[in-house]
Amino acid sequence: MPMSYYLILSAAMFAIGVLGVILRRNPLVVFMSLELMFNAANLVFVAFSAYHQILDGDLFVFFVMTTAAAEVAVGLALMVAIFRAKRTIDLDEMSMLKG
Amino acid sequence: MDIGVLLVYGILGLTVIVSAVGLIVSRNALYSALFLVVNFVAVGLLYLALGAPFIAFAQVTVYAGSIMVLFIFVIMLLGAENLMLDEPLRGQRALGILLVVIFLAEIVLYYLLRTTPLQAIPAIPQTFASPAEIGMLLFNRYLLPFEVTAFILLAATVGAILLSKHEGPTRPKPGIQKPETPVEG
Repeated sequence: MPMSYYLILSAAMFAIGVLGVILRRNPLVVFMSLELMFNAANLVFVAFSAYHQILDGDLFVFFVMTTAAAEVAVGLALMVAIFRAKRTIDLDEMSMLKG
Repeated sequence: MDIGVLLVYGILGLTVIVSAVGLIVSRNALYSALFLVVNFVAVGLLYLALGAPFIAFAQVTVYAGSIMVLFIFVIMLLGAENLMLDEPLRGQRALGILLVVIFLAEIVLYYLLRTTPLQAIPAIPQTFASPAEIGMLLFNRYLLPFEVTAFILLAATVGAILLSKHEGPTRPKPGIQKPETPVEG
């Protein structure tokens, strides 16, 4: 398969993820869009790893995965804590730091 | 190229794009989560096609498995399936779509203006990214990042427990209350 197939697919996935982060107000959907963007980056890593026949790209994807898992765990715990304090997780309500 | 191969890759790419679009347009957050699972599995199949079986199975077990279970658990715990979809800021949606189109145009432009064109991916040898090879690299050259990852996961675990621990007035912590002072009189 030509390299451009993977690059175009990844660019489209990343753009859709950006769109989700910008447009959606549900923080959980925003989180999922972030995961989508992680996935797009991972796809390019693996594709270039196969393209150059160097294994380091695959290893980097492994590290990105573990970091993403840690990020999701902390992020969802934060969301639960915010829900306890404010009884809502609407992104527009999280504006206490605004002057 | 063989028509069957093209068909498989076309369906796989279409699945990835459609599930990603479904993720951001569906009204119910649970449907978004399920679309994301479909997306992860399709990308995992692409990894398999790229000759990275270890990454593909890690993708399915870690992402499509445990992370999505966490997501669905929190969605149901908070009852956050249906948050409002309208836009409080007028013109935000149009502006966002415009910015993303500019972003995509930049990526395409960068791809078109490359000086060295990309060739097709060469045939991948059978043992290229086998789990054994990945393990050798992980425990030799990447040993320090691997250990740092372990610490990151530990810190995330402690942080998640600490953040989601309930600290209400109904359950005072033992040991923090002041010892009763004897009343003088």
